[in-house]
Amino acid sequence: MRSFDYAAPVSLAEALALLAAHPTARVLAGGTDLLVQLKSGRRETPLVVDLKKIPELKAITFDAAEGLTIGATVPCCQLTAHADLRRVYPSLAEVAGLIGGTAVQGRASLGGNLCNAAPSADSVPLMIALSAQARVAGPQGLRTVAVEDFCVAPGKSILGPGEFLVSIFFPLPAPGFHAHYLRFIPRNEMDIAVVGVGVSTTVQDGKIAAARIALASVAPTPLFVKAAGDSLVGQAPTSEAIAGAATLAQAAAKPISDMRAPADYRRHLCDVLTRRALTATLGAQ
Amino acid sequence: MSTTTYHLIGTRPPRHDGADKVTGRALYGADLKLAGTLHGAILRSPHAHARIVSIDTKAASQHPACRAVVTAEDFPETPDRIVDLGEGDTPLSYIRGNMLARRKTLYQGHAVAAVAATSPQAAAEIAALIQVVYEPLPCVLTAPAAMAKGAPLLHGDLRCTEFGQPTTEASNVADHFRQVMGDSEKGFAEADVIVEREFTTSTVHQGYIEPHTATALWNNDGRLLIWCSTQGSFVVRDTVACMLDLPVSRVRVTPMEIGGGFGGKVPVYVEPVAALLSKKSGQPVKITMTRREVLEGSGPTPGSFIRVKIGAKQDGTLVAAQAYLAYEAGAYPGAMVAPAATCVFAAYDIANQTIDGYDVVVNKPSTAPYRAPGATNAAFATETVLDEIAEKLKLDPLALRLKNASKEGTRRADGAKFRRIGCVEVLETMKAHPHYTAPLGEPSHAEAKRGRGVAVGFWMNAGLPSSCTLNVHADGSVGLIEGSTDIGGSRTSIAMMAAEVLGLQADDMRPSVVDTDTIGYTGVTGGSRTTFATGWAAYEAAQDVVKQMKERAAKLWKVDEVHFADGVFSAGEHRLSFKELAARVGEVGAPVVGRASINAKGPGGSFAGAIVDVEVDVETGKTSILRFTCVQDAGKAIHPSYVEGQMQGGSVQGIGWALNEEYFMSPEGRMMNASFLDYRMPTALDVPMIDTAIVEVPNPVHPYGVRGVGEANIVSPPAAIANAIHAATGCRMRHLPMNPPSVLAAIQQC
Amino acid sequence: MKVHVQFTLNGEPAEFLAEPRQTLLECLRDNLNLTGTKEGCGDGNCGSCSVLLDGQLVTSCLVLGVETQGQRVDTVEGIAKGSTLHPIQKAFIDHAALQCGICTPGFLMATKALLDHEPNPTEPQIRLWLANNLCRCTGYDKIVRAVQAAAAEMRA
Repeated sequence: MRSFDYAAPVSLAEALALLAAHPTARVLAGGTDLLVQLKSGRRETPLVVDLKKIPELKAITFDAAEGLTIGATVPCCQLTAHADLRRVYPSLAEVAGLIGGTAVQGRASLGGNLCNAAPSADSVPLMIALSAQARVAGPQGLRTVAVEDFCVAPGKSILGPGEFLVSIFFPLPAPGFHAHYLRFIPRNEMDIAVVGVGVSTTVQDGKIAAARIALASVAPTPLFVKAAGDSLVGQAPTSEAIAGAATLAQAAAKPISDMRAPADYRRHLCDVLTRRALTATLGAQ
Repeated sequence: MSTTTYHLIGTRPPRHDGADKVTGRALYGADLKLAGTLHGAILRSPHAHARIVSIDTKAASQHPACRAVVTAEDFPETPDRIVDLGEGDTPLSYIRGNMLARRKTLYQGHAVAAVAATSPQAAAEIAALIQVVYEPLPCVLTAPAAMAKGAPLLHGDLRCTEFGQPTTEASNVADHFRQVMGDSEKGFAEADVIVEREFTTSTVHQGYIEPHTATALWNNDGRLLIWCSTQGSFVVRDTVACMLDLPVSRVRVTPMEIGGGFGGKVPVYVEPVAALLSKKSGQPVKITMTRREVLEGSGPTPGSFIRVKIGAKQDGTLVAAQAYLAYEAGAYPGAMVAPAATCVFAAYDIANQTIDGYDVVVNKPSTAPYRAPGATNAAFATETVLDEIAEKLKLDPLALRLKNASKEGTRRADGAKFRRIGCVEVLETMKAHPHYTAPLGEPSHAEAKRGRGVAVGFWMNAGLPSSCTLNVHADGSVGLIEGSTDIGGSRTSIAMMAAEVLGLQADDMRPSVVDTDTIGYTGVTGGSRTTFATGWAAYEAAQDVVKQMKERAAKLWKVDEVHFADGVFSAGEHRLSFKELAARVGEVGAPVVGRASINAKGPGGSFAGAIVDVEVDVETGKTSILRFTCVQDAGKAIHPSYVEGQMQGGSVQGIGWALNEEYFMSPEGRMMNASFLDYRMPTALDVPMIDTAIVEVPNPVHPYGVRGVGEANIVSPPAAIANAIHAATGCRMRHLPMNPPSVLAAIQQC
Repeated sequence: MKVHVQFTLNGEPAEFLAEPRQTLLECLRDNLNLTGTKEGCGDGNCGSCSVLLDGQLVTSCLVLGVETQGQRVDTVEGIAKGSTLHPIQKAFIDHAALQCGICTPGFLMATKALLDHEPNPTEPQIRLWLANNLCRCTGYDKIVRAVQAAAAEMRA
C-alpha cells in the first residue's frame, strides 16, 4: 500500500472539516473493501478518515413508532445480534450474516456495502426492497437519498465532495410485510453474488398490496425493478403472478459475462431467484 | 491384508510438532527474521507473451530505500546443459528462464526483475519504478490451440521429440510419445460396445495457504545460506547452485516449517533471486510472494485435452483402450503427461492399449506437480467412459471395474508389471461399504435431484534417496534427524517406525528436520514417498542402533551374543530394557549413533476410490456434495489419523477441482480470478464429513508394508462426481470444472 | 509519519510505532514479533490472520494497526494459560486437526470466537462459522470434529 495519513474524527463536524480540507481523502468504515482496494493499487489516497468513532455512525436506534436507523459503520456482527432488528427486520439480520464470512462480518458494515457501490453488493437489493433511505452529511448539511438512487456506476455513488454516509433508515414494516434476499453463489460462503434478488411483499386481505424487487450483479449498479414489483400489486399471490414478476425482473437485467459467470446464465438466474424469493415471502405454491 | 501386530505402528500418538503449531511458535519461512533483513519484490510481466525490448532500472536504483536490483543478466552466463534437479532431465535454460525472464516473457506473472529494499512496502513501490518496454506477441492458451498449424511459437528453439527421436520442426509440442500394448484395432473389432469421448480440464492450482517465501544470506565467507518453504531442501540447494554456478558445498538450505505444498513447492522460484539480491546488497534478503503472485507466477497443474476410447464385450470384459492425452505444460516443457499415460488405464487389465501423450507449451505459468500429477485429468476421462459402458451393458459400475481390475502380474502399457497391489481390495471395500447401498434420501426441494457415483484412481508413488540419523541419549530417548520437510505429520510417522524397532513409544523420539549440511541427501517430500522412503531409512537406522546396542550389551555382560526383542536386550539371565541399556552405554563404549541412507525402490502404487452422493439443483446447475467416502490402499497405515487426513484432504481438493476451481483466462492470457475470493476452493461449508476406509495390502518390499498415501486420493473424485451428476440428471459432464453454468448448460442440452 | 499505538495485547498493555498503512497483521508480525498470526492471502479470504479485536473475530490483514488504538487484541500466542494448552488447542492436536499447520492459528481464533459465542454449536453452525477460514490439507473433517470435542470439553 502507498503511504497515507490517518485521522479518526469523533464528531460529524470534525469529519466534515477534515473532508473539506482534504478533497481526495477516503473515508474508512470496516475497511473490508477499502483496504483491499488500497492494497491492490485500485485506489490511492493521501488520507484515510476513519469514521468509526463518530457516535451517529456507530449506533443502532430502533423507534417502535418510526423505524430503524443503522449507523453507517455498524459492523454486520452487531446487526445479526440485535434483538429488535432480528424481530422486526429478520431479512436484514439474515443479509448481514451473508456478507463475507464471520471474520469479515466483524468489520464490514451495510454503510460500507452501500458506499462501495459494487453492483454485487448483497445488502443493497434488500435495502431497496425495504425502502431504506440513506442519510448523508455534507458541506450543505444533511440530506436523505433513497437507497435505489444511491449508486450511479460501479464504485461510484451520489456522494459529492466532502460528503459521507451517516446512517441508513428503515421504515417500519406494514402488517403483512415480508422481505427476503436470495443470492446465487457457486460455493456456499465467501463468494460474490452471481445474481442477487431482494424482494418485499405486503399482503393484505389475500391480495398483494405492495411489492418491491431489486437485483444485484446484473447491471452497473444494484438495480431497482419497479415494474416487476408493481406488476404484483392487486393480484393474489399465485405462481402465475410470481412468474410474471420474475419475467419482468429478468427483462430488466443487463448482465455482463466475466470470471464469475456468463451473462446468459445470470439472466436465467434472475428469473429463477426472483421466483424463489417471491415464493418465500408470499408462501405461494 | 495386513496381519502383523505392532506395539506402536497403527496407533495414534500426538504429533511431535503439535504444541508448536497450536501456539504459533512453529517457525515457517516468513516468520524468520535475521538482523538487517531486506525485503525483496519481484516485477512481473503484465503480458502473456511478449518480447522484452528493454529494461531500465535507473529510477528504481536511485530510490533511497533501494539496496539492490537484479534482472536475468545477473545470472552467471553458463552454457546451457541438461540437469536433473529431482524432477527429471531439464535444460538449465528453462529453469533459469522461469526464474527471471530473458528476452521474452511467456506468461502473465512471469518474473522479469527484482529489487531489495528496506521494507516490504518500499520494495513493492521500487519494483514498480522499473521501466520495461514490451513488444506484445499473440498468445496460445490451450493445448489444441498451441498444436494447431500456424500457432504462435513460445520457444524458437523448441523441436518436438517424436517417439523418442528429435525432429527438426519448430513446435509448441515438446514431446509426443506412444505406448502400445497388444493390438487395439483388433481389440476394438472384438468389442460389443465402444465408447469414445473427448474431455477438457482447466488449469488448477494446488492452493497451499502459505505463499512461497525464502530468505537468502550471501555470507562474507562466500557461503550462501537459505531458509525457505520447500518440499525438498536438496532440490533447492542443487537448483540454486546450478543457477548461480556454485559448488553445492557452498550452499546450505534450511527448510523451515512449510504451509502446504501438494507438489507446488517442489519447483524453485524465489530462492536464487533472493540470493542474487543478497550478493549485491551484502545483507540477508527475504522474498515472500503475495497470493496474486502465487496464482500468477508459481506453477499450477496442467489443463488438458483428452480423448478416451474403450471397448467392452457384452459380459463386461474390457478388450481395448485408446487414449490421446494433450497436456498443457505452461511456459516450459514438462506437462507430466508421462505419469498420466501410466495411470490412465492402470486400474484395469486391458490387453490392447494405445496411448498417445503430448507435452505442449502454452502461455500460462510453467506447471508444477499437484498430487498425483496428470492422473486426475486422465481418470476423469477413463472413469466416466467406464460409467457409460456400465450403463450401456446394464452392469453395476463396481462390478464392471472388479471384473477387469488390475492384479499382481497385470501389465501396463508402459511395460511395467504390477507387483502385489490393492486394486481389487479397494473395489471390494467400496462395494461392501454401507454407503454404496444406502438410500439417497429425498431431494431437499422440488428442483433438486440426487445421484450417486463411483470411480477409482491410481498413483504409482515414488522411491528416491532418504537419509536418517538416530542419536541415542542417556535417558533412553532418541533424537531422530531427517531431511524430509514435514507437511502433514510425517516426522511422527517416521519416528514411529524407528520406535517400533527399538521398542520405544512415540514420545521417546525427538524427530527433527534439518538443513542440507546436517543430514545426508534426501529427496523431495513428494510422490507419496516420505513415510515410505524416509520411514524405511529410519527403520534401517534403528536396526543400526540395535546392532550397536547389542555390541555394548555384549561388552557389558561379557557375552558373545545378545538378543533383542520387544524392546529388551537379553543374554542368558542378563536383561536390560532399551532405556536401561542406553543409560549404561557410556560405561563400555562410545555413544550410539545409528544411521542409514537408502535409495528406496519399489514404492508399490496406491489405489483409491470414491463413492459420492450429490444433489443437483436443476434450475441453477449447482451441485452439492451430500456424502463422500474415500477408500484407499495404504499398504500399512503407520499413523491412521494422518493417513485419513491425507485421504480427506485429497478428496476435498478433488471436490474443488471437480466443481469450481479453474484458471479463468482472458483471451489475452490474463488470469481474471487471481485471488482466494474468485479462485474458489472449498470452504468448510461446501463439504460434508469425509468418511474413510483404509485398506491394507502390504507393500512386499517395505519392512512395514507401507505404500504412500499422499496422492491417489485426489484422482477419482472429479470422475465420481461427474458420474453422480449423471445419475442425478442423466447428463454426462466432459469438462472440468463442473461449475453451475456448465452443469446447467448440460442439463439444458441433454 | 509513524503513529504511536497503545493497546492491550493478549491481556497485557502493549505499544508500537506504525505507519498508518501498516495492517494489524503487519504490526503484529513485523513490529511486535508475534509471528503466530499468518498471512495467506492479504484480502480477508483465507482467515489465516484471524485475531480477536475487542473480542470480535476479524481478519487482521483488513484492519489498520492504527485502528486498534485503545482496543484489545487477542492472538494465537495468548490462548494457552501459561504452559497449559487451551482445550481447543489440545483438541486440535488430539484429533489430528492440522497437517501443515499454517491455517491452524486462524482456525483456533475462529473456534475460540465461536465457542465464546455459542458453547454448543451444531455441525452446520461450525461449518458456517469456520467458512471464513480456508484449510487445504485436512478437508475440514478433523477440524470440525476437534471443534465438537473442544466444545464438549469446555461445557463439561
